[in-house]
Amino acid sequence: MSEFSLYLLQQLINGLTIGSTYALIAIGYTMVYGIIGMINFAHGEIYMIGSYVTFIVIAGLVSMGMVSLPIILIIALVIAMFIASTYGWAVERVAYRPLRGSNRLIPLISAIGMSIFLQNSVGISQGFRDVALPPMISGGWAFGNPADFEVTVSYMQVVIFAVTFVTMTALTLFISKSRMGRACRACAEDLGMTNLLGINTNKVIALTFIIGAALAAIAGLLLGLYYGVVNPFVGFIAGLKAFTAAVLGGIGSIPGAVLGGLVLGVTEAMTAAFFPSEYKDVVAFGLLITILLFRPSGLLGKPEIEKV
Amino acid sequence: MLQINNVNTHYGPIQALHDVSINIEEGEIVTLIGANGAGKTTLMMTICGDPQASSGTVTFCGEEINKLNTPDIMRKGLAIVPEGRRVFSGMTVEENLFMGSYFRSKEEAQKTAAHVLELFPRLEERYKQRAGTMSGGEQQMLAIGRALMSKPRLLLLDEPSLGLAPIIIQQIFDIIQKLRDEGVTIFLVEQNANQALRIADRGYVLENGRVIKTDSGANLLTDEAVQQAYLGG
Repeated sequence: MSEFSLYLLQQLINGLTIGSTYALIAIGYTMVYGIIGMINFAHGEIYMIGSYVTFIVIAGLVSMGMVSLPIILIIALVIAMFIASTYGWAVERVAYRPLRGSNRLIPLISAIGMSIFLQNSVGISQGFRDVALPPMISGGWAFGNPADFEVTVSYMQVVIFAVTFVTMTALTLFISKSRMGRACRACAEDLGMTNLLGINTNKVIALTFIIGAALAAIAGLLLGLYYGVVNPFVGFIAGLKAFTAAVLGGIGSIPGAVLGGLVLGVTEAMTAAFFPSEYKDVVAFGLLITILLFRPSGLLGKPEIEKV
Repeated sequence: MLQINNVNTHYGPIQALHDVSINIEEGEIVTLIGANGAGKTTLMMTICGDPQASSGTVTFCGEEINKLNTPDIMRKGLAIVPEGRRVFSGMTVEENLFMGSYFRSKEEAQKTAAHVLELFPRLEERYKQRAGTMSGGEQQMLAIGRALMSKPRLLLLDEPSLGLAPIIIQQIFDIIQKLRDEGVTIFLVEQNANQALRIADRGYVLENGRVIKTDSGANLLTDEAVQQAYLGG
């Protein structure tokens, strides 16, 4: 392969890596929107909390003398998912449930308030500056001729792909096959009717917040390790990107969120390949606007035609 | 079985039901007829707690249910086939049915499902098909089947004949009578007053949110005022 195509391949791999983590976060937006029609703007902060918990747990375990990397990461992941889910559940319970049934703008404002509250409370307790972690997973595979261009796939990227893939598969199975998953789909289609079948929809709604938060925590761990640094404001931009991914793919659609995340990640990486990297957000959001102009419901968000 | 006593229901400042009292005995088919906007659907939904009555009581099997929230009411042994069917169009027939038995054990639900498919062989043919792709009549059968999956003692039917072909309407009404013979009490809201009154033991006439008349089905069918207003003279 030529140098140029190897370079593109490298950017594609980088883009898919970032894109798959956008997808993980985007699922939280899309599931909540699908059921109660609100944008949970505090979702990015849940991701940020997941990252912080990961860092704290890893630092703690390492200082306690634990050396096995897989065990450290699994413990960090479990604790991060648990704490983030608790936050996700609590945010819904405190800030959104009491406002259900009111004007749509009111929960939106409440969500923005919650986002600012979480950013600053984490900032006060953990400091507002960057917290860094030395690389945990280093090394990787290299392909191509070292003389002109080498494509590298780092082990970290492999971990991101693998974890994302397993998570998405598990979620798909849960949504399509399990009893609770079916209840989630029923709520997304007709919340009132689900209530009329004797199903406690408040519990189902709480469950979607918990699932979304757990996935955001997984992304928090992966991206935290990938970048090696976290601060209280990382949730804002990651949340915005993931929200964009959800809208791009068709908000309310889980496959749409995955596709939107990947498209967004690859677009960003390809832009950074040819232009100064500051342009990547310009092109990414330009793409969003363009797609919405031609497909207002997003890539996969086509409303099903119902017979009456 | 179901007593509605002096129920008033409001949507914000607008009062939709005025002192409505209705009594349904076990094993009866009771029908509620009335014009568009009379409050028929509101009454149905008030029984289900959505919206809740602002005053008055709803008693089901001796228990006051008007202060409970909707899911709790619907687990007491009543089920609704709502206006417009509201099947989950992205889900298969099978999934739709089992949403109706969400809070029952799998074995019990399987048993009820077998019975529902016996009542509606059409649903068995379409078992793995998505509900949104079916015809209106099939969707109505599915909505009734889904309601039956909770094994209700009282079945609330809101305009089951709306928008269906006459032959399908006949089938639906046959099924309603069959269900009554199996021991399910039926509360039927209909604009198709003629057919509803023919199968009903008793009927109520609702006008502008008030019950203006109640009698046996046969008497209402021959009542001059009812004939003029609802049976096309």
